[in-house]
Parts: sequence; structure tokens; C-alpha cells
Amino acid sequence: MLGGYAGKVLRIDLTHRRVQTEKLDESAARRFIGGRGLGGYYLWNEVGPEVAPLSPANKVFMCVGPVTGTPVPGGNRHVIVTRSPQTGLYLDSYAGGHFGPELKFAGYDMVVLEGRASTPVYLWIDDDRVEIRDATHLWGKETWDTEEAVLEEVGDSSAKVSVIGPAGERLSNLAIVQNEYYHQAGRGGPGAVFGSKNVKAMAVRGTRGVKIADAKRLTEYLISKVAPAFEAGGGKLGAVADRIKFGTPLTLNITHSVGILPTQNFQHGQFSRYQEIDAHAFRRKVVVNDKGCYACNLCCAKFSRNRVGAYQGEAIGGPEYETLAMFGSNLDIDSMEYIVHANALCDRLGLDTVGTGNVIGWVMECYEKGILTKSDIGFPAPFGDLEASDRLLHMIAYREGIGDLLANGVRAAAQEIGRGSEDFAMQVKGLEFPAYRPGSCSPGFALAYLIADRGACHRRGWPAIAEQDLPRFSHEGRAKLVKSLYDQRIPWHCGVCCDIAVIVPNLSHTDAAAMFSYVTGWDFTAEEMGVLADRVASLLQAYNLRCGLTREWSSLPARSYSQDTDGPGAGNRLTPEMVATMLDEYYALRGWDSRGVPTRQRLQELGLDEVAAELEGRAISGKGCGR
Amino acid sequence: MKKLMTDAELCTGCRYCEAVCSMTHNRAGTCNPRKARIQVRSEPRDGRDTPVVCCQCAAPACIDACPVGALSTDDSTGAMRVDQEQCTGCFACVEACMFGAIVPDADAQVVAICDLCGGDPMCAKFCRALPHIGASALAYMTPAEFGKRPRRQVG
Repeated sequence: MLGGYAGKVLRIDLTHRRVQTEKLDESAARRFIGGRGLGGYYLWNEVGPEVAPLSPANKVFMCVGPVTGTPVPGGNRHVIVTRSPQTGLYLDSYAGGHFGPELKFAGYDMVVLEGRASTPVYLWIDDDRVEIRDATHLWGKETWDTEEAVLEEVGDSSAKVSVIGPAGERLSNLAIVQNEYYHQAGRGGPGAVFGSKNVKAMAVRGTRGVKIADAKRLTEYLISKVAPAFEAGGGKLGAVADRIKFGTPLTLNITHSVGILPTQNFQHGQFSRYQEIDAHAFRRKVVVNDKGCYACNLCCAKFSRNRVGAYQGEAIGGPEYETLAMFGSNLDIDSMEYIVHANALCDRLGLDTVGTGNVIGWVMECYEKGILTKSDIGFPAPFGDLEASDRLLHMIAYREGIGDLLANGVRAAAQEIGRGSEDFAMQVKGLEFPAYRPGSCSPGFALAYLIADRGACHRRGWPAIAEQDLPRFSHEGRAKLVKSLYDQRIPWHCGVCCDIAVIVPNLSHTDAAAMFSYVTGWDFTAEEMGVLADRVASLLQAYNLRCGLTREWSSLPARSYSQDTDGPGAGNRLTPEMVATMLDEYYALRGWDSRGVPTRQRLQELGLDEVAAELEGRAISGKGCGR
Repeated sequence: MKKLMTDAELCTGCRYCEAVCSMTHNRAGTCNPRKARIQVRSEPRDGRDTPVVCCQCAAPACIDACPVGALSTDDSTGAMRVDQEQCTGCFACVEACMFGAIVPDADAQVVAICDLCGGDPMCAKFCRALPHIGASALAYMTPAEFGKRPRRQVG
């Protein structure tokens, strides 16, 4: 019997309140492994370009992979694959904790949510027993209250629960799906898709475990190869020890020093008061202790609590780097305690801290430039104003006042408000920039955002450190670097492992192939992992092309091309020509044409014949696909 | 003699210990944290995780409680031994253990108690030291050695 996989897909038809299980498509699993790869393949087959993201016809593929729940490091992720309401494109949104392993232990590789329940429901998946339960009494509740109530009702606090908050109920593009209080599938609006289906929560208890094909050799590999990689300290990316101590906030010290820390809505790349909110301040001011997701030695998660001030006593998992930057420097705020508070508020209301911080930054700049006034917003909202940030956050979650517009994300807001505000609406393909400022100091992040399948995303490739070895203020070498970073992560995103847990100690495709083989019983090679990366990247590009994506969508806001006035990049700028060259080079490396369309030959080499046939058919019939 | 020692202040709640324990002790190689002989109790809203495992007491209440004499102590490691043929699954030992360190396996109708993996406990091996503290939540060492380990500063 195949190891790692549970062998089953659970389908929940919410419209007809029907629950079915089916066998996992094993040949597809061999080609796409699991996670984003297999989820993307199911999405390609089942959710066509005619399906509106918030319509009942859209589906949610809640995926784990063969190594989820095993002792492979970081094997704790689940990924929500769906068509994003924010970008209209492919979306994968990951979360850690223990929810993914629990789903596997219950006996499922994937849960598919279809249709729409007529009234609010939550799902109780207790091994084989699956119930669609009434959630009318939970609708309107904040996330933490919802989770507590669901745990109480299922009667076992060791069950794992994913929930949406008020923002998800109100179909915000910034809405998250949150599990175990502190873990969020944050980006691209997965919470809105749950909300559109009237699904408030999903509780899981799994008592079966996961079979490892060759547990002895897996154990040997973990001891003889993986442990030494941790001991070695992670080479240049550094700093296994520092990542454990400081978690993701360590990144703030890196981005500030290289000039890509978003400050005042990405106007600047350095924050003069960064030491108030950096890794050291984080550890010193709020961290209580170190936490880890399932089967992870990197334990970058921190439990934090405000010890002093107006927000004393508020406690969260985090804040992560992205939140520190987006609610800190990006809003010109230097209060660690406020950032913890804003993080708690976002978590409770079910908002993505990255996107929400970005949108608020845009509002503050609009206010300072006179594009939005006190009467438009309801109060003054200059940079650095904690109260304004707080009120905007609430208004976004509950769609009150201007919050109704802002809840749709920065692209939609800027399109509506206009008057030049599009130039500093920091997004690609509709997804708000995370906390890295592309520009002269990082042409690499510009490319990473542009080529990421879900829109501006930092987790597909993370050039923050590696780019420093390349010629400065130049596009040179970026295409190759970004592709290699992207490809390095794909097997882990299919596995599904947390990329931080494996990339920081420098685990390679060879390691992935070995461990995936011991878990499943299949024989994977490192070369195959490279092919897998190209296969998944081309499949997802094809999905997006089918949704109407063209090369023109891969563009940056005007601000990203402005000349730096301060910081390490002063006097330099990123140019549209540099970006065009990087895109050309990247497409060529992928075997895509200059419009970003994978060639028929390339798709066939990657074993994607059916994708090639459909793309070609659509091109001939004039139904888009970039042609 | 070495013992399996725990420091809850350092536990991250990652359950690596449960994962490798269950996989090591299952003949078919199934990883199932619910069946691990070490259990982490979590209170997420307080940020607290506590590993619970047999601490090889000097006067084991479980042995006294067993009506059929299925429990004994291993001379070389000090670990608890369960005679699976003798065990009737009455779970009297589960109730007797004041630490809650014995896991009732309802499927197998027997109990599972930490056997220290024969003297090289996998849980301790996979519980890595937090580098900024210099110690891990689980340690297989003598109580004297354990007493000299670094601890987390409170606050």
C-alpha cells in the first residue's frame, strides 16, 4: 500500500447537503504530488474560467500532501486552493499549526467544498463521520469566539478548527481562514470563498494516523542528513539559530539594511525608527516563549503578550515580520504594542494583516495628498495615526462607510477613487504587495511579484538575501535567480511542508526526493523534483491564462518605477525596460513565449498534453489564453 | 541512571516527540500522535505546552495498581515494561499514574507506556535545543545533569 497518502478525497456538496468520498486519483498524485500541485490540477479540471469566484460553482480544495502529518520537517501545512475573488486567478493560501496533519489523520488527502449552503453551517469531520451542522448561532462571531464555541460543541478540545470571522462573512477580499487561533491562510481572500458558501467553520478530529512506507529509512535520513543540516546553521541564508530566536521578524533587520522595508506606503525603503519594531525589540518587548507548528524544529512561531500600555494583556501568536512592517513602518507607526494589538484585531475579525496594512497605508497617503478627505473617511487619517488605523480596520471588517470599498482590496479601491491614487496602489494582479519594496534596491522582488501565480507574493521566491550577490540596481541575473528560488520551493509546497522549515536549513530537491520516497514508497529523484517544479508552474500559468491573464496584467504600479530619494538606492530607479527584460528572460527559462504562454512542446515535455490541447483549442476559437 | 526529563517552559508544542514516538513503536510504521507514549498537553490561549511522559518514578503506583502483575521495571534502563500477554486492558494503571503519563490504547485493548526506546529515546533525539537557551524541553540524562541545565529566564 502506498504510504503518506490517505487515499481518499472528501467531497461536501453544501447545496444538497451531501457528503461523498472518492478514491484519490493516484496517477495525478504521482504527477503533481499533492498540495498546490494536485490542488491546482483538480482546480484546472473542475473550475473553469466561466465560474465566478464567489458563486456556488467555485470550489474550495482544502489540500494536504503525502508528507503532511509525518515527521518530515515542517510537514504541517494545509493549503486552500480555489479561484481567488481578489485576483480572479488561481489561489493557494497556506496555514501551519496542526490542522493539516489532523485532516490527514482523519483519512483525507483533500476536502472539496462545493455549492452553497442555504443557511450558515459548520462541518464536523470526525474520521469517517462527517456532519454538516447548523452555524446560525455562530454567524457574526469573531474568530476566537467561534473556535472556542465549536470546540465546546464537538466536545473535544484536541480537535482542530478552521474558521472565518466577520470579514469572511462579508465577503471581503482581505478575509482569511484561520486555524488554532494563531494560524492563517491569509492571502487572496479564501475567507470570502468560505463566506460565500455559508461555511463558518470546519472542525476535524483524526485518530488514524498516517502510514510511512519505510519508517526505518526515513528515521535514518532525518538523523543522518536533516539534523546535521540544522546543526550546520543553514549556510548563508543563515541563521537557523537566529530564525529560531527571532522568527520571521529577523527579516525586518535585513530589509531595512538593504533598503526594501516598506515605509509610508512604500514611499521609502528604510524606517528611521526601525529599532523600535525590529527583531530585537520584538524579542525584548513582547515575546513570551517559542512555539512550533507540527513536526518543526525551526519553531519560528512566538507567543507574545503586551506587558505595558493601553493594550496590556493582549496576546497573540506573532506578530510575523509582514505584520510588523505593514502595520509598523508602512503606516509610520513605531509602537510594538500597537502592532500586537492590530494583529490581534485582524485575527479576531478575520482579516489578512498584510493586505489590510497595505490598504490602510494607501488610505493614509490618499489623505495626506488630499485625494481622500476627513469627510470621505469620517476622521483624519494621516500616517502614524494609531486611532485612524484602528477605526479603518474595524470599518473594513464590517464594511462600514469607506470600509465597504476598502474591503475589496487596494486595486478595487484605487480604481473607484482614481485621481492618481492608482499610481501608489501597491499591488500586482490585484493582490497587495507584502512587506518587500520592489524598486532600484530589489529588481528581484519586482520580478518575484510579477511572476507569482497568485499575484504579488513573497513566498514563491524570496530574493531578499541571494539578490545581494548580484550587480546592484540592475536586472542582471534576476530571472535565473527567481526561477531557481521558485522551483526550490515547489516540491515542498506540494508535499506539503512549510518552506521556512526546509529552506532555512538549506534542504534541497535531493532531500525532498529522498524523504518523499521513504514516505510514499514511490521512487522520486531530484531531477524529477525539478521537472515537477516546471510542470506545476506551467499548469498554474495555463490556469491563469484560461482565466484571461495577459502579459499586461503582470505590471507594477507607477510608484515602483520612481527614483529613490533616500536610502541605499538614492538616485537610482527601476525602469520598465529592466522589468520587460526580466520577464522576457524568465518566460524563456520556463519555455513560455513572450506573452507568457507555455509552448505546446514545453507542455508536452512536462506531461501536460491535456493542458496543451485545451490552451490550443481556446486560442483557435479566440477565447483568450494570451493569444 | 538516566531518566527522561521534561522542562515545559521550553516546550514549543510541535509534537515532534509524539510523531516519532508513534512511528517508532508502530510495527507498520504508522505515525499517529494520538497513540504516542508521550503526550503534549496544550493550552494555546495561554501559550502553554506541557509534555507528559513516564518519569520512571522510584515507587511506581502503576505497578502497585496492576491486578495481574503485567507491569515491571526494566533493570538496565529503569523503563516500565508492559507484558502485553498479561495486560487485560483494565486501565487501572492509567488511573493510578498521578502524572497521567500512561496512554490507554482503546483499539489494542492494552496500555502503552514509555519504554525509553530501549535506552535511546527518539523523542529526546528529535527535541532540538533552543539555541538561544541552550537546552531542549526533553532530555535523556541523569537528574544531576538536568539540574545544571540552562533554563528560560522568566519575562
